[in-house]
Amino acid sequence: MPSTLSRRYILGRVSLYGGAILLALWTLAPLYLIALAAFSTRQATFQWPKPFLPTDFSIDTMQFFVNSRGVLDSVRNSIIVALLTIAGSLVLGAPGGYALARFRFRGKEGISLGLLISKMFPTAILSIPLAVTFLQLDLYDSLWGVALVHIAMALPFVIIVTAGIFVGVPRDLEEVAQTLGCNRLQAFLRVVLPLALPGLAAAAIFTFVISWNEVFAATILTLRNRTLPAQVLSGLNDSPLYYRYAGGFFMIVPALIFIFLIRRYLLNLWGNIVR
Amino acid sequence: MAGIRFQSIRKVFGKTVAADSVSLEIRDGEFMVLLGPSGCGKTTLLRCLAGLEHVDGGRVFIGDRDVTDRAPRDRRIAMVFQSYAVFPHLTVFDNIAFGLKMQGRPRDEIKRRVEESARLLELTDFLKRYPAQLSGGQRQRVAVARAIVMQAAVLLMDEPLSNLDALLRLQMRAELKRLHQEIKATTIYVTHDQVEALSLGDRIAVMQSGRIVQCDVPMNIYDYPANKFVGGFIGTPPMNFLPGVVHANGDGPTVVVGESHLAPAPAFAHALSAKNGEPILLGIRPENLTLAPNQQANTIRARVRVVEPLGSHKLLTMQVGTEISKVSVAPDQRVAPNEDVWLHFDPEKIRWMDAATGEAISATVE
Repeated sequence: MPSTLSRRYILGRVSLYGGAILLALWTLAPLYLIALAAFSTRQATFQWPKPFLPTDFSIDTMQFFVNSRGVLDSVRNSIIVALLTIAGSLVLGAPGGYALARFRFRGKEGISLGLLISKMFPTAILSIPLAVTFLQLDLYDSLWGVALVHIAMALPFVIIVTAGIFVGVPRDLEEVAQTLGCNRLQAFLRVVLPLALPGLAAAAIFTFVISWNEVFAATILTLRNRTLPAQVLSGLNDSPLYYRYAGGFFMIVPALIFIFLIRRYLLNLWGNIVR
Repeated sequence: MAGIRFQSIRKVFGKTVAADSVSLEIRDGEFMVLLGPSGCGKTTLLRCLAGLEHVDGGRVFIGDRDVTDRAPRDRRIAMVFQSYAVFPHLTVFDNIAFGLKMQGRPRDEIKRRVEESARLLELTDFLKRYPAQLSGGQRQRVAVARAIVMQAAVLLMDEPLSNLDALLRLQMRAELKRLHQEIKATTIYVTHDQVEALSLGDRIAVMQSGRIVQCDVPMNIYDYPANKFVGGFIGTPPMNFLPGVVHANGDGPTVVVGESHLAPAPAFAHALSAKNGEPILLGIRPENLTLAPNQQANTIRARVRVVEPLGSHKLLTMQVGTEISKVSVAPDQRVAPNEDVWLHFDPEKIRWMDAATGEAISATVE
């Protein structure tokens, strides 16, 4: 009896880890191949069969990409848009998250649910009316316009995530600060904010990644002031293979680094806002 | 320093009435304990006083000021929370200094007062530490120090000892009492622990379902509970209750409990005679029952079920008719389970209560 039990245990473990390894490979293999191509010589991308080990390491391809026309400008644009998105979505979203975390009010569940539902609305359907409206408002082809759309896209995420963060700061701490001479705002600034700061920073970084990776709205709403994904996409059909690999790698890296930095928070980010 | 007055306070949460027209006056410098089971509204009442809840009706006065519509920071109160609510991102010093800094006190005054209250609570060696580096008892002391350093008119404590282990709680209880004797601030202390209430309170207000059932000095609450609820809530073990029937004849009333006739104390003769033939409840504390060797006046037949030697005394579980009563006897009393004994009731110590309402029947003063 014990031997069958342990056999079953071993079988379970093996299939668990086997599955985990398969899933990891599914994600990591393309990343590896892109990185491999991005750091090979330009000629190497056309080789067949492809080598699976870095045989001829070179930064030639990456250099070519970075020095291509428009790339550095679009990187600058991407960063500006991402920073605007962070600022805008936190300024608008964090108070919303705080309200969801602290107050009981009519329609609270409806609002939480509505935030999630808004994420299900396909951007493609919005694109034409959005472009028309932006043309009318003179926001078309401006970084402000793209940031505005990114803020709208990031807001539900920021509200829900910051609500989870604020729930994690005990209400007692805020109340005791109030009895010790703070008004509500002072209690928030002196007690809640310092304690929520690491979580808010993680939320900001994640917002950065959302904006940095967003391609659809950025492509439709800009012509000359392209963000990096829009820039790469617009030239995709006319560009050589090595340019695509280098561009892909260049766009992945910040997201990878940032997600790695805040991985500890990611599970908490989607924390429970129901009390 | 200031007294406190609650005037017909009403507070409703959804459909639950947490405070139902509560009125209470607390004298300057008094230590008032709000005692009751969880959900009785005692914490709500405290939070209404602190300004953390808005009242739905009534007024709150601190000293002569009507503070009903004032923010917590304008009420000159200091509060100790059940969870301690020590700021995790500040050192012990900065925790205690928090309120003084908010008042914009000069640096040397802050330092002097923080060190003084840290000394009172034996925290001097921990001032540079962060709360995470402290034990539960030390954090609790930080919370108390942070409150008393304010020298507020009123000190509020919401079950400050309930998160401590038993031994530490005993120690801190005495500490809090000593502290009150030193600083003499008007204090309101919320607890569900009746021993804490008896030990600390100048007066105790017992609450049930959003109302104050009885408010008196501890020994009166203990000896003369206003109703069955108070008698059953206070005391370890609580008061025993036995049903009986009043018999009044020319010689004055007797109460029939089981097969025995008990003669009530003379002070109750008049009140009980009026209830001839009616059911009545007899309340008596375990230490006011004694074992008698044979049948005498005011004795009832009972059978010993369980004997628990507790060191300072023996606790007996007795079957009296169909009821169970607890009896506390001297540790050297010889008694065995399943033994039949006579229980003697001290008539002066019996609390008579109306069988239907549970309200105590008051003695007539001649």
